[in-house]
Amino acid sequence: MARYIFKRLIGMMIVIFIVLTIAFIIVRLAPGDPAALMLGPEATAEDAAALRQRLGLDRPILVQYLSFVGNALQGDLGESLFFNQPVTQVLAGRAEPTIFLSLFSLLIALVIATPIGIYAAYRRGSLLDQAAITTAMLAASIPSFWTGLMLQRYLATDLGWFPVSGYGGPDTGFLERMRYLLLPSIVLGIVNSALILRFTRASMLDILGEDYIRTARSKGMGERRVVLRHALKNAAIPIITVVGLTFALLVSGAVVTERVFNIPGMGNLVVSAVLRRDYPVIQGALIVVASLYVLINLLTDLLYLVVDKRVKY
Amino acid sequence: MTAASVTNEPKFLALLFSRRAVLIALIVFVVVAGLCLLATLVAPADPARMSVRARLSPPGGDFLLGADAFGRDVLSRLLFAGQVSLSIGLGVAALSSAIGVIIGLMAGFFRKLDAPMSRLIDAMMAFPDILLAIALVSILGGSIVNVVVALSIVYAPRIARIVRASTLVIRELPYVEAAVALGSSTLTIMVTHVLRNILSPIIVQATFIFAYAMLAEAGLSFLGVGLDPTTPSWGTMINEGRQYIDQAAYLILFPGLAISISVLSLQLIGDGLRDALDPRLAKDM
Repeated sequence: MARYIFKRLIGMMIVIFIVLTIAFIIVRLAPGDPAALMLGPEATAEDAAALRQRLGLDRPILVQYLSFVGNALQGDLGESLFFNQPVTQVLAGRAEPTIFLSLFSLLIALVIATPIGIYAAYRRGSLLDQAAITTAMLAASIPSFWTGLMLQRYLATDLGWFPVSGYGGPDTGFLERMRYLLLPSIVLGIVNSALILRFTRASMLDILGEDYIRTARSKGMGERRVVLRHALKNAAIPIITVVGLTFALLVSGAVVTERVFNIPGMGNLVVSAVLRRDYPVIQGALIVVASLYVLINLLTDLLYLVVDKRVKY
Repeated sequence: MTAASVTNEPKFLALLFSRRAVLIALIVFVVVAGLCLLATLVAPADPARMSVRARLSPPGGDFLLGADAFGRDVLSRLLFAGQVSLSIGLGVAALSSAIGVIIGLMAGFFRKLDAPMSRLIDAMMAFPDILLAIALVSILGGSIVNVVVALSIVYAPRIARIVRASTLVIRELPYVEAAVALGSSTLTIMVTHVLRNILSPIIVQATFIFAYAMLAEAGLSFLGVGLDPTTPSWGTMINEGRQYIDQAAYLILFPGLAISISVLSLQLIGDGLRDALDPRLAKDM
């Protein structure tokens, strides 16, 4: 097993190295001078030259690349042009709402999708099964920002059940801040429940057709026990996999949802960074999020070992 | 079973439409796409014509779906914006398939390229789609072509992964070995023997990418980092209507419905195609 983990860690490092390379290349895809692009049309040639020097863009490309990768591996993702602060510091300052928004939505998605997915598989072909599949597909087809705007308009503005937008002021307590995340989490939870529901249902369908389920039933075991103890336990691996994969969806959803509800998280920061041409922040966010994705997928693979004793690496 | 051989059989259509939902989805999509394509003929008004008197007129009367903050007809704008949204979806599906097929075929066919290409695919898939698309569009600029290119780069790895996996299987089959023995060139084998036999999963995935790309474009335009705001798409319409949501919710209701209906239809068609082209892939999902 130690060998497997070592092999996976090496694989992960290679992927992160490629992620860094892609992030480096993206900024240099700009037609013309990246410094001029970052400064906007009003900048003078002197401003552009000063920024080129500040960012090291006047050095040979290979030197730029090596220094970029070397710095990134040491946790230095450059400096924000707008905040004049290290990118890591800027990102860390906006991480709290994004992390809690993602966690709450994942929780809501799991609470909605897992029981419905199990029941739909158990009652395959029934009206409820059909309704569950259709609703899941519908949830995956509606833009999350549209759902967000609609629920914000009717549940927050009209009915006053939730705060309309924002994340409270600097003196707002933790629980109050979390209250601001409730409606955004519901919106994002609904969107993400679609994938989890489809996966849960498909895995349960596979498992409910297995011989050991038939054996359990033929022994006279109660249906509840068959489904919850025997089937669900074995469906855990595919469900864990999809939770790992949901991470990318959650982040994409968070970017848009934070904008709808004006939550000062990482997603909102990235969109503002685009409008401010603060490319080091965009680059930094890409690297952090992609590296987290790779790490989370490694962790979910390792979690298999805990959940299913039959898995040996 | 190849896509080509299946599509020649009338059984394919019977299988495709065995689920009524797929048939309905196809009809709905054809109607929506047809109306958008024929916008110049069917739109009740010039989508750019402003009228101060008609500002924020509710649906009904002269304006079937209402008028926006500049007094422009929402229905007409919806039809013309649909041309942009649907073209982007189709463009991304085509371009990402082309890029994905080339990368996937090379990774699956040439053993030495497999490891580096697979790691590249893994790394590309580690970026959340909207985030990568935002970064690319912000660098390339917000024209329709640039949005298509950016989203194609985002979605190509999905096609590449499927093509690579299928190529690895096909490469080992006796008829490929026979083609090698007969002296066929590598390119001929890749295109004639491998690509033709993996068309089914590519078509299915491309249909889903069509849908995802429409959602992503709407998201980018809504965030104000996608298409130039002067180019009407369903996403830019929602972004524009957002500030009037309290007085005129229909300004975001109708473009939202247009996106959802198109994406849902495409997803249902994709599901139907998957079941009909390769029943082994159906997996009850």
